[in-house]
Amino acid sequence: MPKQLLYVLSFLTIGLHSVASQAVLTIEITQSAEVGIPVAIVPFGLEGEGRPLQNVSEIVAADLARSGRFSVIPKQDYLSTPHTNNDVVFKDWRLLKAEALVIGNQREVSPGKFEVTFRLYDVFRENQLAGFRYTVNVGSLRRVAHQISDIVYEKLTGEPGAFNTRIAYVTREDTASGLIFRLQVADSDGHNPITVLKSRQPILSPSWSRGGKRLAYVSFESGRSKIYIQNVADQKRQLVADFDGINGAPAWSPNGRRLAMTLSKDGNAEIYVLDLDTRRLQRLTKNHVIDTEAAWSPDGRAIVFTSDRAGRPQVYRMKANGSNVERLTFEGRSNARPSYSPDGQMITMVTEIKGRYHIAVLQLKGKQFQVLSDTPLDESPSFAPNGRMILYATAVGGKGVLASVSSDGRVRQTYRLEDGDVREPAWSPYNRKLELKE
Amino acid sequence: MKNVRYVMVILFTLSLAACGGGAAVKSEAPADEQGAAGVETGAAGGAGAEGEALGGGTQVAMAAPRPEKMRVLFEFDSSAIDSESRAIIEAHAAYLVANPNVMVTLQGHADERGTREYNLALGERRGVSVERMLRVLGVSSERLTTISYGEENPMALGHNETAWRLNRRVELAY
Repeated sequence: MPKQLLYVLSFLTIGLHSVASQAVLTIEITQSAEVGIPVAIVPFGLEGEGRPLQNVSEIVAADLARSGRFSVIPKQDYLSTPHTNNDVVFKDWRLLKAEALVIGNQREVSPGKFEVTFRLYDVFRENQLAGFRYTVNVGSLRRVAHQISDIVYEKLTGEPGAFNTRIAYVTREDTASGLIFRLQVADSDGHNPITVLKSRQPILSPSWSRGGKRLAYVSFESGRSKIYIQNVADQKRQLVADFDGINGAPAWSPNGRRLAMTLSKDGNAEIYVLDLDTRRLQRLTKNHVIDTEAAWSPDGRAIVFTSDRAGRPQVYRMKANGSNVERLTFEGRSNARPSYSPDGQMITMVTEIKGRYHIAVLQLKGKQFQVLSDTPLDESPSFAPNGRMILYATAVGGKGVLASVSSDGRVRQTYRLEDGDVREPAWSPYNRKLELKE
Repeated sequence: MKNVRYVMVILFTLSLAACGGGAAVKSEAPADEQGAAGVETGAAGGAGAEGEALGGGTQVAMAAPRPEKMRVLFEFDSSAIDSESRAIIEAHAAYLVANPNVMVTLQGHADERGTREYNLALGERRGVSVERMLRVLGVSSERLTTISYGEENPMALGHNETAWRLNRRVELAY
């Protein structure tokens, strides 16, 4: 009996522990675009009985404010609170200098099922720019909100949004019983974090498959580096690389059928491609230096990687079969961990300048090289799927945090955890959208 | 932790003294094993002070004493073995040749600068560099295993050259 009690207690302790450490990332804008588009977001009308609801409009307002490209007019200034097309008085919004107006309604149509409608208006032209209706379960309300944010963002900036996406990252927590590492996946606003893997040993290099369904990553849980693939939804996983030496730097091919990786089984770190269907392993590099950190071009025809074949680490590109190797970087003392923008036009990487490590972007046409961060230990950059932001790891006051910067360097944010460090971020590709009508 | 380390060092010194005393009349092999066990404990207690020779080591065995220094350090982004490291590795090689049943793990590490995956490869290259030298000095490759931890297991937590220097290392574990 005491043994059972002890079991229950330890179970409870673990339970509490994981809840406490699954704290939501707090996102803070550290630099905004000089002039954001002024937009008014009226709190959506709430219809139906029951518990207090998450108001979708609040999530939309937070998304747009956080992007740094909008100035959300405070709701206490609003002269009217329309929920339907007929209630909109454009003069009220011109007085507030709003350029755009978002209104909507959320109604519980059956227990746990909601209909969400929203409309976006151009205040000066007095016309509707978008209007949609969704019918979803209560658990998808946040997703609906992010999808509305994406539509508003695209209509007003002309570029696709990336709110309805997820981020993967690794947390490191120093507890009384030792270090705990977690591979986490959360919505792009840091909400709904789930733990993909919890381990006492380091976890690194999460890489998303096409569509954001699976993650490949490196785990030291067995005492040395091995590569695993795991479904995000049902947590099912498989060991895919357990060779002698290092097993590192997994990177999905765009079609999701192959995985590039770094293995040292043949003597030193080389890049290989594993065909996930046939399990055939193809070696791409062959020399006595370090070749690692492979990343595929969006069309799957090229691979960029880090190599120290010229003495210091630099970024190279080769065809996906390993031929036609060319050096891409000549700026800075060293350059590493490259990855492509979704349009294939740019590469983001870590550049070393006078012993400090910053995030940089290289335009493949014209070779323009721009340094985007100024903190000393920045690493692991990846593009958002809309190509507008780059998410990376940095340190603030000795604590590991994530940061993002717009690819023009104008908007900056930090993502921090109250307890513990956060590192190794990877922004998901777009996932399937919820169905919408109208 | 510091106190624990002191106690460890004292216990270690005492045990070495005891072994040393006994070794003079006993056969060599058991004395070696006891000596090895003593160092293991010391290392587990975090003998971070670079394991300066305590004077006991030379008393343990005549031919090949168990080396005190279980760690060699490297320059930034380098896996080259300097003369100080060479001497340490040679001492290990001598001990390992005299004790053919001992298996060794070479744990390669890097400092936090540079990217994590590059550092994983760099830690491996450092481990292999020590492994190669041990092989040249007569230790068979089946007894040697290299594991890289990259920058993931730092020994010192600072963000300065003092910490970085200690973290660019290969630890010989046996």
